[in-house]
Amino acid sequence: MEFHSRTLPNGLEIIAECNAEAHSTAVGFFVKTGSRDETDEVAGVSHFLEHMTFKGTPTRSADDVNRQFDELGAHYNAFTNEEATVYFAAVLPEYLDRTVELLADILRPSLREEDFQTEKQVIIEEIRMYDDQPPFGADEKAKAAYFGSHPLGRSVLGTVQSIRDLPVDGMREYFRRRYSPGNIVLAGAGRIDFDEFLACAARCCGQWEQFETSRTVEPAEPHEGFHLIHKEIATQQYALQLSPGPDAGDDDRYAAKLLATVLGDDSGSRLYWELVDPGLAEHAGLSHGEYEGAGLMMTFMSCDPEQAADNLQRIHDVYRRAETEGITPAEIQQAKNKLRSRIVLSSERPRGRLFALGGEWVTRREYRSIEDDLATVAAVTLEDVTAVLAKYPLSRCTTVTIGPLKDL
Amino acid sequence: MTDPILSHRFPNGLVLVAEPMTSLRSAAFTFLVPAGSVYDPADRSGLGGFTCEMALRGAGPRDSRQFVLDLDNLGVERGEAVTNAHTGFSGATLAESLSDALAIFADLLRRPRLPADQLEAARLVMFQELRAVEDEPAQKLSIELRRRHYPDPWGRPAQGDQQGLEAIALDDVRPYFQRRYHPDGTILGVAGRFDWERLKDSVERLLGDWEPGDHEQIVERPSAGRYEHLPYDSNQTHVGISWSSVPYRDPDYFQAWGASGVLGSGSSSRLFTEVRERRGLCYSVHAGYHTLRDRGGVFCYAGTSADRAQETLDVMLGELGRLAEGIEAAELDRLKARIKSALIMQQESSSSRSSSIARDWYHLGRVRTLDELGRVIDELSSESINAYLAEHPPGDFTIVTLGPRELEVPVGVS
Repeated sequence: MEFHSRTLPNGLEIIAECNAEAHSTAVGFFVKTGSRDETDEVAGVSHFLEHMTFKGTPTRSADDVNRQFDELGAHYNAFTNEEATVYFAAVLPEYLDRTVELLADILRPSLREEDFQTEKQVIIEEIRMYDDQPPFGADEKAKAAYFGSHPLGRSVLGTVQSIRDLPVDGMREYFRRRYSPGNIVLAGAGRIDFDEFLACAARCCGQWEQFETSRTVEPAEPHEGFHLIHKEIATQQYALQLSPGPDAGDDDRYAAKLLATVLGDDSGSRLYWELVDPGLAEHAGLSHGEYEGAGLMMTFMSCDPEQAADNLQRIHDVYRRAETEGITPAEIQQAKNKLRSRIVLSSERPRGRLFALGGEWVTRREYRSIEDDLATVAAVTLEDVTAVLAKYPLSRCTTVTIGPLKDL
Repeated sequence: MTDPILSHRFPNGLVLVAEPMTSLRSAAFTFLVPAGSVYDPADRSGLGGFTCEMALRGAGPRDSRQFVLDLDNLGVERGEAVTNAHTGFSGATLAESLSDALAIFADLLRRPRLPADQLEAARLVMFQELRAVEDEPAQKLSIELRRRHYPDPWGRPAQGDQQGLEAIALDDVRPYFQRRYHPDGTILGVAGRFDWERLKDSVERLLGDWEPGDHEQIVERPSAGRYEHLPYDSNQTHVGISWSSVPYRDPDYFQAWGASGVLGSGSSSRLFTEVRERRGLCYSVHAGYHTLRDRGGVFCYAGTSADRAQETLDVMLGELGRLAEGIEAAELDRLKARIKSALIMQQESSSSRSSSIARDWYHLGRVRTLDELGRVIDELSSESINAYLAEHPPGDFTIVTLGPRELEVPVGVS
């Protein structure tokens, strides 16, 4: 595998990990914008804009866009989170040029008023759909409680009201500022000829106009607390607990991921044996999430409402025990073995590599090969993990629980 | 060219089917054991799933902790699934760990402890899963649609029901295991990097002397069919429509599959275009093909706000009517392009190939290679699909809705 990177005069960065043995190619535009870059006036605009890019350009109708992706046999989609909006497609190598051309074109969308009004309905349906599925809502509510007024506490979807109130001009202005080529990375993984890829990118994106754009990264002040949200319709009780962890720029993040694997992986972790194996919880897990300037340790638990209070106590005890008694070398080894296998398995498909590659570059402007990742995980020591746990104790956290319970 | 398929039937009936994928560092396996939910006794619904859960709780020399620990240390990403016909155990790991992983699963298949002291924990796990579905309205709808679409027991959900799970005792689990976990009817699919002779030898050593069992007859009862509304106090109403179609092994399968793809697969499909893109009625709308060995069906889904649900149902039914009038060549070309790239991308995933080849063997008694599938897809034409649709227009629908209000289903539609 070979890595290449280049920057166009307008600031667009182009990176690729070329693998001559791959059967397919995955390509994506990573736009460095998300809900943390929004204001109250345009709450939910990043995600809504992601939908609108598929609604047509000066030379393509929405039907053309959908039809042409399908004609290329593309497996494509887009997603928006707090920090990035990503448009991606996996295709056969012979369609790479046409796919880049199509993706590039939709990244300069028309944003027509009529389409905007129709798509509002789809966004509202999406919000209502998640609202009927309590675990989804809980995630955003927990971040809001934890981050308070910090931009990372903003909802990605927005609310039915904020979407209804959003004017099309607000979206156009947001687009102009945030989709400046200097704020975008075009990444490719799989069977790619880099010179051709670069030439294609220059042809399709070279004329994009550059605007000044930036992101304000304010320090996050976590809010500790306990919040209960009553949801009559829910059958299970859901709980999320958030506490600080290493941020995206912190080398401790690998130790944090190993810690999360030891304590809260889907299988064979301490939370698994304490809650899932005995059937006390449907799910109980710990994960590490990283942002620019902030990191999170996130516990998620779902269970029979009657069991919720006892389960939260058990989670607390698991964390306290780890903090006071530490973890064992065997547990670290088990976690490393799992991560090693996962890194290899998830890298076998170009689309798996694409997200690792693009994500790294957007957050850290860094290229890491599979071997780099394997070596870094192998080098983490028990002391590193213990130090992370000491620095970021899990037993002090913000808890949000949602479900049929009226008190807990 | 894709690599050839290798297969071997052992004297006890076990079939090993394998596809080498030499560019990968991984290997993946899928065991399909003939212990599907159709064998659940009517008053012990969920017994197959319950037995699967118990089988994971220790086998051979390993108790349940050691079982999980050893698989974790081998880096095995694993999953279990009970379908109508099978209990499936699958895993993927680095190639060098394949034979050690298979040895652990051979213990599970032949020497599970089914420990009495874990029965209540397993029951609680089953209850948790049952409860989780209650918070997933789309899944709840799809379970109910299947139940009404297929004749019983083929539409029975693997998760069971509260009463059945409450009634299950160790004296149900152990005999069920004895009856259903046997080599005749079990298929082991392996894909990725491996040495065929060594693989065959190790499977022979692990499972060659596994004793065959008896076969059970399935007694069918007609499906409930027609329209059913499930009251649910949600924002959205969920709409499910299905009709009967041919199974995977039928010569007409690809004609029927092609028509359902044009209808509801992909973002230029008719349902996506008419329901979501033109009218903004919903976020999620699609149609998919589902096949059992002897019968199949096309299942359509949309989720929309309650006040727009009637319009959504009407537009969907309108599209089903229009499908009978035929499809256009350009629509089929797009479907072909997507499926052909999907076939090529399958060559990059050992997990997806190991389960595909095991399923193919169950349906056909052989495997369609990716090259063969490519040729079959090439040969499809809008004329051949339209001839099929003229003979078999979508109709006789089963409809299930879930939401705050019942919908009106036009007379004669379901």
